[in-house]
Amino acid sequence: MLTEKKLAPARSMSLAQLASRFRELGIAAFILVLAALVSLRAPAFLSVDNFRDILLNISILVIVALGQMMVIITRGIDLSVSSMIGLTAMMVSSMLVLFPWLPMPAAILLGLALGATLGAFNGLIIAVGNVPPIIATLGTMSIYRGMVFFYSQGSWVNASDMPEGFRRLAKASPFGVPNLILFAVAVLLLVAFFLRLTRAGRDIYAVGSNPDAARFAGIRAQRVIFTVYVLSGLLAGLAGVLWASRFEAAQTNTAFGFELQTVAAPVVGGVNIFGGSGGVIGVVLGAFLLGVIENSLTLVKISPFWQLAAQGLLILLAVVFDAAVLRRMQKRGS
Amino acid sequence: MAKRFLRWEWLLVALIVVMSVVNTRLSPFFLEPTNLLRASSDFMEIGIMMLPMVFIIITGNIDLSVASTLGLSASLLGYLHNAGWNIWLAAAMALLAGALCGLLNGALIARLGLPSLVVTLGTFSFYRGLAYALLGDQAARGYPEAFTLIGQGRLPGTRVPYALLLFIVLAVIFTLVLRGTRFGRYLYAIGNNEAASRYSGVPVRRIKLMIYTLSGLMSALAGMVLAARFGSTRPDIGSGLELTVITITVLGGVSIAGGVGTMVGASLSLLLIGITRFGMGLMNLQGQVQGIAIGALLILSILLPQVGGWLAKRHVWGRATLLPVGAALLVAVAFGWFFFWSRGLMLAAQ
Repeated sequence: MLTEKKLAPARSMSLAQLASRFRELGIAAFILVLAALVSLRAPAFLSVDNFRDILLNISILVIVALGQMMVIITRGIDLSVSSMIGLTAMMVSSMLVLFPWLPMPAAILLGLALGATLGAFNGLIIAVGNVPPIIATLGTMSIYRGMVFFYSQGSWVNASDMPEGFRRLAKASPFGVPNLILFAVAVLLLVAFFLRLTRAGRDIYAVGSNPDAARFAGIRAQRVIFTVYVLSGLLAGLAGVLWASRFEAAQTNTAFGFELQTVAAPVVGGVNIFGGSGGVIGVVLGAFLLGVIENSLTLVKISPFWQLAAQGLLILLAVVFDAAVLRRMQKRGS
Repeated sequence: MAKRFLRWEWLLVALIVVMSVVNTRLSPFFLEPTNLLRASSDFMEIGIMMLPMVFIIITGNIDLSVASTLGLSASLLGYLHNAGWNIWLAAAMALLAGALCGLLNGALIARLGLPSLVVTLGTFSFYRGLAYALLGDQAARGYPEAFTLIGQGRLPGTRVPYALLLFIVLAVIFTLVLRGTRFGRYLYAIGNNEAASRYSGVPVRRIKLMIYTLSGLMSALAGMVLAARFGSTRPDIGSGLELTVITITVLGGVSIAGGVGTMVGASLSLLLIGITRFGMGLMNLQGQVQGIAIGALLILSILLPQVGGWLAKRHVWGRATLLPVGAALLVAVAFGWFFFWSRGLMLAAQ
């Protein structure tokens, strides 16, 4: 009986899995072609330093995009991540200005706690209040951003006010690799473990692929949905601390507009916007592709003003590509 | 259902009255027609974009790219003006570009069956990116006076701004189309059940294509009004306005799930937000802090209608709910205390 129950979803998953494998290979190939073309024009592209630059640039994106991915798997969206980053960056840096003796782990914990609280508010409105995720997070995006302005009355926390230890948090590399990259790798491993090997992680996929069936199977969908928004907030909180440390400043407009990239990375990386499928590898590849494009536009000396357009075009290409693959597969299947 | 939303519109009217009374007490200048009419011009671009947004949300879709389309067409206007084009020819091209932006959205959504949220999120950044690519970090200025009159001028002999007149004319047309034509009824049908309306012969694809093209055109028109009002264009013109447009539409009783909503409700909501913002301006609140109130209104407009339903359920008051509610309150109080405590310290230190 049990095996029968497991077989049915497994067969339907394989189509989606095949699509995402296909997608991941496609992006990897695209990155290689792009890298080859760019390195012809700018040989500096292939240097170790440049590679490290790209990784540094996408580390924060990967952290937040992983949270966004879990939200998207449950058929939701979290547009408030950028404002949560801005608010935690501002509050944690202010704390460190007031109490420079605070140890770094405490600063990180504070960021996690603040982010999780803001995320829990989103989760409450969405899971308990039945407000559609896009409306709820569009609302909290502007509420949290307003709170940043209210908190600081428009002023910034500058590098000169920050304790030395905090400025070094993201950039120091005691293990040979900058801490920022290590943070991203650690989050990546934790999220991969959580999604693949824990029951709560599997429940996220179940709720996303069929909420009604998940409910009948005894999964508390409401609780799962609440959890993903808390996790998204938690990761945004961590990102806020790292953002302030990396750029040595907390501004009222920190991370403004960043939510778009956090949605772009998973969507480009094959996380289905209709929920139920997607994985951490796709998110990393998606973020890496965005990073490579940004980096190569600079190296090939194309105006940085084209970057936003390129990013939007990439999202469109990704969804058009998805639709085409899906249609072909459905034709072959029937 | 019709009854329910009739009540919703009365609620909006009541809120408008309350806000007006509050504003009058805040400032004796509030009720002066000159002030009110001048303040109205801040909202006409938003109103113009709101009209097709009502159509789109009624069909159960969304358009996040309106403000970016506005930015692209206004930037194209500035670019062509800088290149020495005649302003009216440039404006015509900008309107055409806006319509094409909408057509592309519509084609991707209607022809390929892609979700409108993702498509317009993509074009949101694509169109804004093109605006930056056109103008870079410079601004276009020096539009002829005949053009800036669209945004700054008033009807001769009165204090009514041209932009307000334009909005009212458009609003009447959109209301008539929604209420009195087959096209309008099709919009509700699609929002209620897209598959069923397709099987009963509603040209769903063509209608989606039309409303998105219309949305692009109206966004471009809003871009012309805004550029004329500012007398200049920067590539970030109007960025973030999509949030306000969607907030006003949803607050106006247009359900994000589709199938429900009226143009009257949306227009009342526009008036309500306008008056609220104006009042907060009188209180010298910064624009970004006003965002707290707008965001809260958006969420409350969907939460509040449900509260009655929750309270009616007896089991809400059991132990199983009291515990999480208590925990949530505790976290909220702790967060609020920390927020104000650290803010106080920070402001004292400066």
